[in-house]
Amino acid sequence: MRSLPEAAVPDADDPPPATPSATPPAMPLIVALLAGVLAVSVLLAIGLGAATVPPGETLRFLWAAVTGGSITAGDVTAYQIIWQVRAPRVLLAVLVGAGLSVVGVAIQAMVRNALADPFVLGVSSGASAGAVLVSVTGALTAFGIYAVSAGAFLGALLVSALVYLASRGAGGLTPLRLVLTGVAMAFGFQAVMSLIVYFVPDGESTSTVLFWSMGGFGAATWGALPVVAVVTVVTAVALRRFARGLDVLALGDETSASLGVDTVRFRRGLFVLTSLATGAMVAVSGAIGFVGLVMPHLVRLWVGAAHVRVLTVAPLAGAIFMVWADLVARTLVAPRELPLGVITALVGVPVFVVLLRRRGYLFGGR
Amino acid sequence: MSLILDDLSVTMDGTAIVENLALAVEARQVVGLIGPNGSGKTTALRCVYRALRPTGGAVRIDGQDLSRMPLRDSARRIAALTQEGRADLDFTVEEIVALGRAPHLRGNQALSARERELCRRAMAQMEVLHLADRGVLSLSGGERQRVLVARALVQEPRVLVLDEPTNHLDLHHQIRLLSMLKDAGLSVLVTLHDLNLAASACDRLAVLSRGALVAYGPPADVLTAELLREAFGVEVSVVPHPLTGVPQVLYDLGSATTMEGNHA
Repeated sequence: MRSLPEAAVPDADDPPPATPSATPPAMPLIVALLAGVLAVSVLLAIGLGAATVPPGETLRFLWAAVTGGSITAGDVTAYQIIWQVRAPRVLLAVLVGAGLSVVGVAIQAMVRNALADPFVLGVSSGASAGAVLVSVTGALTAFGIYAVSAGAFLGALLVSALVYLASRGAGGLTPLRLVLTGVAMAFGFQAVMSLIVYFVPDGESTSTVLFWSMGGFGAATWGALPVVAVVTVVTAVALRRFARGLDVLALGDETSASLGVDTVRFRRGLFVLTSLATGAMVAVSGAIGFVGLVMPHLVRLWVGAAHVRVLTVAPLAGAIFMVWADLVARTLVAPRELPLGVITALVGVPVFVVLLRRRGYLFGGR
Repeated sequence: MSLILDDLSVTMDGTAIVENLALAVEARQVVGLIGPNGSGKTTALRCVYRALRPTGGAVRIDGQDLSRMPLRDSARRIAALTQEGRADLDFTVEEIVALGRAPHLRGNQALSARERELCRRAMAQMEVLHLADRGVLSLSGGERQRVLVARALVQEPRVLVLDEPTNHLDLHHQIRLLSMLKDAGLSVLVTLHDLNLAASACDRLAVLSRGALVAYGPPADVLTAELLREAFGVEVSVVPHPLTGVPQVLYDLGSATTMEGNHA
C-alpha cells in the first residue's frame, strides 16, 4: 500500500523517461532480407518441378530470354519450360501473393474486422459465377483466350457494385453493413453458380467452379501478367501512401472525424481500390484463400500495428509465401497438381488458430 | 470569443435531440455541459468534433462555420476525446499519441524532433510516459483514457472537447485531469456526470434537458437545489465547500424523485 504523500506525486516512482526503447525491427534490414529471400525463392521455384533445372542453368535461361541471347538446340525444351511455363507462373504467384496480402490489410482496417479477407465482400463468388457463366455459354468471345478471366472480373465487379449499393447509407459505408451485405451476396452468387452447374451438368463447368473457388496459377501466361502487375503495384503503392489514414481509421469513425479523416470518402476510395484489385487477381488465379487473412496478422505480430510498416512488409512476405505454396501444390503429388487453396488453407488454418490463441496478440479486444 | 454553438439543432428520425442550443466558449474558458442521460450532451459535442452534421444552426470557430471547413482544418483547431475508447489494432501508446499529429502532417510524413518532444511532454503530463512501448489493448480503462487525452493535447488544438473524460479514472487522475484542463490555456467544452467535480473545474456550467439549454452561468448560480430537482429529478442539498466555497451537491439514496418521461 502506498502512503498518501507518495500517491500525490506518482511521478516519483515512474521509471525515468525511457529512451524510445523496444524500437520496432529496423525496416531497411527487414526489407533487404525479405527481398533477398524472395529473389532466391523465385529462382528456386522456377527451377524446381517435374523437370528440375539447377539454379545456375535457370539463371542462364532467364538471362538469355531477357537479353535475347542464344541457347543451344539441346536446351530448347528446358528453356521452354523455364521461360514459357514456370517463369510467368512464379511471377504471377509473386504478384497475387503480394496483392492479396496488402488488400487483406486494407480490408481489415476498412471493415474493422479481424476476420475479414479480400473475399469477405463477396468478390470471389461473383468471379466464380461469372467465369462459369462464360465457360458454359461461350460468351465474351471478343476476349479470346481471356474470355473466362474477363467473365470472372466482370462477375467480381458486379458483386462489388451490388454490395456497395446495398450497404450505402446516410453515414456512408458502415463496416458492419459492408460485411453482412458481402456475406449475403456471397451466398446469393454461390446459389447462382450451383444453379448453372446443376442445369449444365458437364465436367467442364464443375472443374471451372473448382478452379475458381480453390484458385491456382496453372493457367498463368505472359499475356495476363502486365495487367495484374500494374494493378498490384498501383494498389500496394497507393495503400502504403494512405498508411497513416488507415491507422486513424482503426481508431474508429468518431475519432477519425476529430483527427481530420473523412471516413465516408476514405472508405469509399478503399472499397473501389480493393475491389478492383481483388477482381483482377481473382480473374487470373481464382479465389486463393487464407493468404489475405493470415498474412496481415503475421506481419502485424512481427513489425507492430502501424500500417506504414505493415504495408511495407506484407507484400514481400505474401509473395514469398505464395511462391512456396504454389511450388508445393505442383510438386507434392506430381504429376497431378493440388488446388492451391488446399495448400494455403492447410498452412493458414493452423497458423491462424495458434495466432488467435496466443496470449498478447490482441485484435479488437481480449 | 472562440467556439460558438449558434442555435444548434440536431433532428434524427423526426426526433429533436438538440434544439436551438446557443452557447459560447470564450478563450481559455472551461465550460461544463451537464444534464441527465439522453439530454443531448454527446450529440452536441459530436457536432463540434465533426462526427455529426447539425440539421440546423451552426458551430462556429473564430466566426467560421465548421461545416464549410475541410475536416483537416477543423481538426487542427479542435481536438476531441470521444466515448469511443477502443482501437481495433494493438498500436503502442507512443504510436497512438503520435496519431494526434495526423491533421498537421501530409501522408506518411515523419514526426519532426519538435513533434516527438511534444508527444513526450503530453505523455508525461498525462502520466503515461512509462507506458510508451506498451500495446494500447493491454491497458486498463483509465490508462487508455489518459493516453487518448495525451493524443488530443498533441493535436495542439485551440479548443478541446471531452465527452465524459473522467470515465474509468481513479480519483487522483480525475482531479489531475480536470486541473490540467483548467490550466491548459485552451477553450474547453466538457461533459461531466460528477456535479461536484464540474463545480470545481468549470468556469461556466450549461445545463441541458431534453436537448434544450435550461440554465447557464457560473457554477454558484447554476447549481441550485431547485434546478437540480427540475433537471435531474433529485432532491439535493447544495452547500459551499468548506475550504474553497465552491458549491457542492449532497444527496443520499432517498434523494431520487419520480420524473415524467423516461428518466425515472
